[in-house]
Amino acid sequence: MTHLKAINRKANRVVEHVAEQKKDVVALQRVPQLAPHFPIGCSLVFSPGWEADQNGGTAGLCQPVERDIFDCHIACFWPAQVPDQLNHAPDWTAKCASAQKDWRKLDLVFPG
Amino acid sequence: MMALARREFHMFQAAGRDFLYLVPSAAVFALDAPTSAVLGVVSKGPESDEGVVTALADRFDAETVRVAISELLDVRAIGYEHQPDEAPPRMLPMMPFPLNTMVMNVTNQCNLACTYCYEYGEDKIVDTSNGKQSKFMAESTALESVDFLLRESGRVAHLTFFGGETLLNFPVLKSTIAYARRRAAELDKEIDFSLTTNATLLRPEIIEFLAENRVGVTISIDGPRNLQDKFRVFHNGAGSYDVAAPKIKELLRVHRSRPIGARVTLTSDTLDITTIYRHLTEELGFWEVGFAPVTTSPNQAYAIGEGGFDKMLGQFRALAAEFLEHAAVNKHHGFSNVKDTLEEIHKGVSKAYPCGAGLGLLGVSTDGDVALCHRFAGSDAHKMGTVKDGIDRGVQTAFLQQHHIADKTDCSKCWARPLCSGGCYHEAHVRYGTTQRPNLHYCEWIRGWTDTCLQIYGSLSERNPDFLARFDREEAKAEAVL
Repeated sequence: MTHLKAINRKANRVVEHVAEQKKDVVALQRVPQLAPHFPIGCSLVFSPGWEADQNGGTAGLCQPVERDIFDCHIACFWPAQVPDQLNHAPDWTAKCASAQKDWRKLDLVFPG
Repeated sequence: MMALARREFHMFQAAGRDFLYLVPSAAVFALDAPTSAVLGVVSKGPESDEGVVTALADRFDAETVRVAISELLDVRAIGYEHQPDEAPPRMLPMMPFPLNTMVMNVTNQCNLACTYCYEYGEDKIVDTSNGKQSKFMAESTALESVDFLLRESGRVAHLTFFGGETLLNFPVLKSTIAYARRRAAELDKEIDFSLTTNATLLRPEIIEFLAENRVGVTISIDGPRNLQDKFRVFHNGAGSYDVAAPKIKELLRVHRSRPIGARVTLTSDTLDITTIYRHLTEELGFWEVGFAPVTTSPNQAYAIGEGGFDKMLGQFRALAAEFLEHAAVNKHHGFSNVKDTLEEIHKGVSKAYPCGAGLGLLGVSTDGDVALCHRFAGSDAHKMGTVKDGIDRGVQTAFLQQHHIADKTDCSKCWARPLCSGGCYHEAHVRYGTTQRPNLHYCEWIRGWTDTCLQIYGSLSERNPDFLARFDREEAKAEAVL
């Protein structure tokens, strides 16, 4: 607001509310970036499907599908069927520090 | 035609600029020249956007006026005539609402016989001479009341002792405080204590006890001898000033653990606010003084009539101006009516109910009946449970439904309703025979006083905003305790 100056606490809340109401859908590649410019959750880095990344680039979009294993079971609400790392197969991912490079090293786990 | 029309607000001037108090949001905005001008045009009658631009063309360019209009629309100071704002939802507070303050009437007897007193005079609600309520609260009832408070409270509880004359039942007060401290500690809750007294029964050991236990003290006193002795008399008619004053001085000398305030009842015969204030702060040494007009039916000679409210407002304004000059340079001033209202303005309080009675505050009678507040304690018609059985939620909910500001049609067009919300239930009961009526006899006074406090608020926002930021800091401190 340029003409009205919020003085008390309620006025500041009114100003925040007005700003909140004026927010719109924001394209990821829009520069300068307006908050929020990151979608929250798994689609951020791993999932294929975005036409462009946040800077308008297309280079890093599609990743090996194996990366979704980590992504889905750690960061996402979407359940992914992975070995039980707490009890049964604690070292299942030990050799795979970076899924993008090392996904071939993921161990096979057999029910035992 | 899409015409802009004014919405609800109160405009006021302070420190050379225009301010807006919005209703019902209770937001305060400072205006600049274009927004003031737009409101000036729209306040004369509905006008289209282009009409406003044209009307102000000689002062501001069209773009400036359009942006000013859009900001005023955003905060709902103005709106389009064909799109009226929706009425705010009529919401009841979330239940169970924590009990913040319990006012305990440890006795309904008094060693004074103040002629204007709502408890004993013609306007009384409860028969304290021949009624069924005990004259003194038994210790067992007092301890049950503490259990009740700690059961119903959140993390922090306030216990206020009241009367009659509170100190007539000092032994119970003493054991109650000890018990309450122990129980609160066991339950991991914070509790603090306060009381109101006429000071005539203070003794060195009582003063010592109050100081040691950090009991907040409010003294009921009406000013210097000639004013105090008009109404605040013993049963034989003798004035109480000469008994009270030396004891008050002793209390103020010894009790340094909490600020001590005076509470003055104003009548048509004792309307001399500046004299009273000077006497109580400078000669007796009170830290704060709060004033309230006497609660009475209009036919009493001491009732403050129409002209009296104007006079009172004039005097309040003079003392409030003094408060402003002190606050502007970070000096203490003890006119507590201003400070309390400034705090509410700062927070942007917009009340559905005039006070916390029946919600966060309850009164307890000598027999342990729970009532709306201490002024109704002991009245069967205003009973809301007992300390033994707890709050009657059915009665409480019905009360809250019947007293919501949305149902006070007289208040629906008043800009002061966010802060007033119809005024004191007890005052309304005495005046109109029902707690549901708003107190229409002092509307002009309330609006006048609210306007004065808004002006002080506006001035301080320009001259010493840090004074206002203190309210935020105090609240942050209180929340840190929680």
